[in-house]
Amino acid sequence: MPEEESHQKSLAMVVMSGDMDKLFGAYIIATGAAAMGMEVTMFFTFWGLRAIKKNVSTGKSLMGKMMGIMYGGDITKANPSKFSFGGLGRWMFNKMMGAVNVSKLIELRDLAVDLGVDMYPCQMSMDVMEIPNEAFIEGTKDPVGVGFFIMKAQDAEIQLFI
Amino acid sequence: MSEENKVDLELDLKGLLCPLPMVKVSQNINKVEVGGVIRAVATDPGAMADIPAWAKSTGNEVLQAEKVDGEFVFLVKRVK
Repeated sequence: MPEEESHQKSLAMVVMSGDMDKLFGAYIIATGAAAMGMEVTMFFTFWGLRAIKKNVSTGKSLMGKMMGIMYGGDITKANPSKFSFGGLGRWMFNKMMGAVNVSKLIELRDLAVDLGVDMYPCQMSMDVMEIPNEAFIEGTKDPVGVGFFIMKAQDAEIQLFI
Repeated sequence: MSEENKVDLELDLKGLLCPLPMVKVSQNINKVEVGGVIRAVATDPGAMADIPAWAKSTGNEVLQAEKVDGEFVFLVKRVK
């Protein structure tokens, strides 16, 4: 067998959704890929920013503040894309997933940080939604734009949009 | 079990679901020397596909993947 160091494969993912179920998918894939030795880039845009947000209020302008209130909370406030029922669905899914011992979303995110998954917020979404850098959890990378994502995606064996 | 399959580390993965069985194996593989063997016991049937896939992707070796009394027992050898 040749001894040369093989090139590290990589995965680049856009996370546009802030839905609980889709964030589960995103983090399960990200942690799985990282465990399999891949370099993983997650690019969080628009609703997806919830996934890396702390539980803080955001917004500068009136509308920005309204957005901050309506869209308040962190990853634990993500609702499922179906059966949301104003938070009841989230409670129900958490119960059902707890019953079979699936990791909580926030635990999967922490695991992703531990495994060295790179999480980048989208600068443009932050500007639109008036979410500052300080609103993001420890371990979040500095904001980037689409050019950076495309650079990562060009070199990646797997590209996903969630 | 032959002498070369001496177990260096035991991992209890019971009750863990996707992706954790595979993730735990990957997090622990460097705790054994190259050539060392981890014995992991999982209850997630998905691990039967995932742990060998992990080994294939990372260049390690699954010496054994068996269902024993409703549990899934793996012997994973660190190759590099």
